[in-house]
Amino acid sequence: MLLIYCPYCQVERAEVEFRCGGEAHIARPSDPEKTTDEDWVEFLYMRANTKGVIAERWRHIHGCGRFFNALRDTVSDNFLTFYKTGEPMPTLETLPQEAGK
Amino acid sequence: MSDLLAGDTITPDAAKSPLLSLPTASISTAVPLTRLSFRGRNDAIEAAGDAFGVALPTAPLSCATAGSRAALWMGPDEWTLLAPEDELKTVFDTIEAKLADPAHALVDISDRSQAIIVSGEKATWLLNSGIFIDLSAEAFPVGTVTRTIFHKAPVMIWRTGIDTFVVDAWVTFMPYVSGLLVQAAEELEAA
Amino acid sequence: MSQPFRTEKGGRIDRGEELTFTFDGEEFHGHKGDTLASALLANGVHLVGRSFKYHRPRGILSSGSEEPNALVGIYRNGDQTPNLRATQIELYDGLEAISQNRFPSLGFDVGAVNDLLSPLFPAGFYYKTFMWPKSFWDRVYEPIIRSAAGLGKPPRTPDQDTYANQFAHCDVLVAGSGPSGLAAALAAAETGARVILCDEQAECGGSLLSESNASIDGKDPANWVHETVARLSSMENVTLLPRTTAFGYFAHNFVALAERVTDHLAEPDSKLPRERLWQVRAKEVVIAAGAIERPMVFPENDRPGIMLADAGRTYLNRYGVKVGHKVLVATACDTAWQAAFDLADHGVEVVAIVDVRETPPDNLIAIAEARGIRVEAGCVVTGTLGRKRIKSALLGRLMTSGQVASGGQIDCDALLMSGGWTPTVSLYSQSRGKVVWAPEKGAFLPGISVQKERSTGASKAVYGLQACLEDGYAAGEAAATAASGKTATITYSSAYGGEAGSGGILGALPHDRNASRVKAFVDYQNDVTAKDVKLAVREGMHSIEHIKRYTTTGMATDQGRLSNMNALEIASGTLDKPVTDVGLTTFRQPYTPTTFGLFAGISRGDFFDAVRKTASHEWVVQHGGVFEDVSQWKRAWYFPKPGEDMHAAVERECRTVRESVGLFDASTLGKIEVVGPDAAEFLERMYTNPWKKLAPGRCRYGLLLNDAGFIVDDGVIGRLAEDRFHVTTTTGGAPNVLATMEDYLQTEWSDLNVWLTSTTEQYSVAAVQGPKAREFIAPFIEGIDLSADAFPHMSVKEGTFCGVPCRLFRISFTGELGFEINVSRRYGEMMWETLATEIEKRGGTPYGTETMHVLRAEKGYIIVGQDTDGTVTPYDAGMGWAIGKKKFDFVGKRGLARTDLVADGRKQFVGLLTKDPKIRLEEGAQITTSENPATGTAAEGHVTSSYYSAALERTIALAIVKNGHAREGQTLYVPMPEGSIPVEVTGTVFYDKEGAQLNV
Repeated sequence: MLLIYCPYCQVERAEVEFRCGGEAHIARPSDPEKTTDEDWVEFLYMRANTKGVIAERWRHIHGCGRFFNALRDTVSDNFLTFYKTGEPMPTLETLPQEAGK
Repeated sequence: MSDLLAGDTITPDAAKSPLLSLPTASISTAVPLTRLSFRGRNDAIEAAGDAFGVALPTAPLSCATAGSRAALWMGPDEWTLLAPEDELKTVFDTIEAKLADPAHALVDISDRSQAIIVSGEKATWLLNSGIFIDLSAEAFPVGTVTRTIFHKAPVMIWRTGIDTFVVDAWVTFMPYVSGLLVQAAEELEAA
Repeated sequence: MSQPFRTEKGGRIDRGEELTFTFDGEEFHGHKGDTLASALLANGVHLVGRSFKYHRPRGILSSGSEEPNALVGIYRNGDQTPNLRATQIELYDGLEAISQNRFPSLGFDVGAVNDLLSPLFPAGFYYKTFMWPKSFWDRVYEPIIRSAAGLGKPPRTPDQDTYANQFAHCDVLVAGSGPSGLAAALAAAETGARVILCDEQAECGGSLLSESNASIDGKDPANWVHETVARLSSMENVTLLPRTTAFGYFAHNFVALAERVTDHLAEPDSKLPRERLWQVRAKEVVIAAGAIERPMVFPENDRPGIMLADAGRTYLNRYGVKVGHKVLVATACDTAWQAAFDLADHGVEVVAIVDVRETPPDNLIAIAEARGIRVEAGCVVTGTLGRKRIKSALLGRLMTSGQVASGGQIDCDALLMSGGWTPTVSLYSQSRGKVVWAPEKGAFLPGISVQKERSTGASKAVYGLQACLEDGYAAGEAAATAASGKTATITYSSAYGGEAGSGGILGALPHDRNASRVKAFVDYQNDVTAKDVKLAVREGMHSIEHIKRYTTTGMATDQGRLSNMNALEIASGTLDKPVTDVGLTTFRQPYTPTTFGLFAGISRGDFFDAVRKTASHEWVVQHGGVFEDVSQWKRAWYFPKPGEDMHAAVERECRTVRESVGLFDASTLGKIEVVGPDAAEFLERMYTNPWKKLAPGRCRYGLLLNDAGFIVDDGVIGRLAEDRFHVTTTTGGAPNVLATMEDYLQTEWSDLNVWLTSTTEQYSVAAVQGPKAREFIAPFIEGIDLSADAFPHMSVKEGTFCGVPCRLFRISFTGELGFEINVSRRYGEMMWETLATEIEKRGGTPYGTETMHVLRAEKGYIIVGQDTDGTVTPYDAGMGWAIGKKKFDFVGKRGLARTDLVADGRKQFVGLLTKDPKIRLEEGAQITTSENPATGTAAEGHVTSSYYSAALERTIALAIVKNGHAREGQTLYVPMPEGSIPVEVTGTVFYDKEGAQLNV
């Protein structure tokens, strides 16, 4: 069971308190009327399904209820960092070496 | 009970017999309470605290108490306000009156949940039969409050003393929560 | 009582306490401190089981959890638990054990014919033999294989025991309490770190409990164990868990432990759980799992009386049991020599030490000579004789040519063997670490740590007592510092003796026998021989993963801890490739077999899941109501009167509601209070309908889609104030609707000033429906003018019910005049009892979910999840009216415009009337165009709802049908086993099409 850090509660908690919300940083098109069918399908269904480091959404559903984002390596299951909703996605270069450890 | 944080707010319901009464652990049903969910952004926190009479805590997982009222941090924009049962209307109206301006939400959730008080030297052991949180005094000091999961049921736990916890669960989940706690405590009676 | 193989003295058993037990009905005696295995051996019993495939007689091979042969059933509480390892069962008075996989008896087993027929059962024989005819597999082959092969029989009665759960956190978890584990735990504990030390055995100490030839700080090792355990027990920061197996190492240092609480007790207190699952989150883990001895692979190496050398030594020193009177020791390494010396010192005749090595260490030879033990160097065992117990062994002399020359025969009643040691890397492997081949050690060792763990001692091939202690202290200290930053000055104990020794061999030993006729076992439990492994390689299995599955080697309960290294060497030799190219299979959780009870834990019976009950529950129980499960809820289904069946009760309830008034508990519907200045804007974006112009005091039906455009939920939403809405959802959809709303609110529209609060459980809800609903509730309601003008259909107002505050909705899910009264949950019982008592007097009735379903179906109201399946749009459902077409956006709006969703041929929501009004269609039945469609014809749709309608005095159904809206009046068919049922496609509203009943 994964150990997940909630950036709002500022504690690590067991995975049972959380729900994974899938890939992060997929914005809902702001003007759906002007979005093509293809782009809408892309938004609805298409995900990178990366083997390696991905940004994904988590919700502390049985805690503070907040959504936040995390960088997780899908191979090792290790989290590299956690950040609040609305904050930019950290790049691997900017991550401190010890982050997530 | 007065040495406890919630001593004046959450007390055992004298009308109900304890669910568990052992030398090392006991569980009693708490009296009915006024519970309000207060939601708002930073601009509403101070006014709400003034109106309620207890400053809303902003440190994660913390609580603030004054007299028979308590404000519990539930999330960055969410607090549970506790007060005696008969103060529901007063508290609700006072806050709404003082917070005309900053956007906020105040909702009565008094009856949504029930609280039990779990205490005794085996209290943490008992809670850890179903809660995956480090409840050592260092990791979860007195005053800490959080929502979590007890086995399969969502609960809120609030440490009001070194050996005393308030466990709050939605009404229909409470038989599951208290029932499992009583079952887990059975082995404490074994020879 | 006579225990002919018990030593005069010594061992850790309590000789003062004699215990009586039975094995296959025969009575034996043992002592407190014995395992079943040691007690059987003390009585000279070696034959304890029959093998899995060939039914060969098998004896006790080991003294630990890796035991492959001595699997027994234990009777307790009138039932038996199968497949327990005799080496782990602690003896108690009255213990009843039975052997397994034999018929009619252990001594005479007809299945043993398999051994003679073994040429028919080569590796992969399942794949080769039972291929044809296919139909034979289910009825002939599988039953025969299942009855002939296998282990114990499963218990027949429900498990009477209870299983507890405990979550725990620690700085350092130490798995294993041998010398390294104890040292690690002590070092970590002295820093003040929180330590959990677990060991699968009843006592801490591991190999120290059977060490005869060493001292620690000048003390007997067992005394050092005693003092160390006493010290650890006295420390508040230490949790000591004997009888506890660390069986699973999962992500992020989550380790699962199985504690056996009562299995060792003769009469356990019924208040105690049988086992406890510890779910531990450790900051650091120290794996001190030790090493296990490897069997030697020689012909007939499985005869009872043949045992691992260290097991023989353990039985002697720890349990005071001699494994035989005339013992032959066969080895490839030094450690087995000490077993021979210990036995000789206890007066056992050691007939010879046979060492594969040409030149064993001189000092050992000298000690042997001093004890008068014959030593045969450069010599192997090439076979054994004896029917149910070894009688003699054949020896072979290794020639420089690589051939083996006969070395004669030697009589013995026990044979101790050692092929060397295999570090136990299971937990490390489970932690996702990759083992690394260490040629100088002849072993796979833990490589780089993937998680926060470190192996210590023999589990990473550090051998010798002093080295193991030092390594353990260092590991414990380092782990504690890493976990907690704490340090302490620790005094290391130092050991004398217990040297590591050298030697070891992998693979099958050479012999001079007919290779095609003899069996040299590699995997005892699964009856896999050296020959099978070679055959698998010849037949093209070149990876260890393939060899494993083809031969089943390493697939037994020890997961190959005993067999893998030998199998690997045989495969590598046959392939002429280095072992690293053949690979090692991955060790998986659980480390040893673990009970289902432990995993199920508290999730059984009444506590399988939370059972959610509404405030009316007790009243319904007392009045004979029948419940149905709706997600976690118990909902009243129908209320039969004496003599009524379900059909009669539902028909009466339906008629009463239509003609008079009915009372329904609607408390389970999800409720969300949406509050804030942007509440209307938020709902405008979430739901298909427009909300901004809805006046406070009014309600509207809301339809919720996902962004693909499909219906996901619905419910009535009342506007209590400009900034406050009372949203209702379906019962089952409540948590998901709230989660979806939070998702959009937090991550897409976080600028909106609105907040969501679940109030599902805050309110008890009574629905009062029927033409007499108004007059029925009027006496109880104050503060609300109930007249049709003041409080029309789709209104909401706050007032009081019997003096307590209520939210009163005028809404209907039946098509009749209807009200829903919401009061705080604490008044729920009062409200229900008041209304239920009164309604009978007024000629009304309480009704349940079945009647609710019928009444809404008569009106064509959908049930999301029953009439929709996640692919139905509002247009498909004939609910285009619910869409606010002028809205800029709402969830699902763009999805609805997708080409596929506006294309022709979509399945649409329709009514169906059977030509024969008595036939009730089956929900889920398929619908076709022709009466007798050809096989393979695609269905046009399916029946989603089907009931008998009391109001129409006939059956009705709802369905989704391809292009259904355009097919009204057409005849379609519902093919059923009894014949095709003709149906007419109709509109979805069967009753009161004009809605006159609603607006009264």
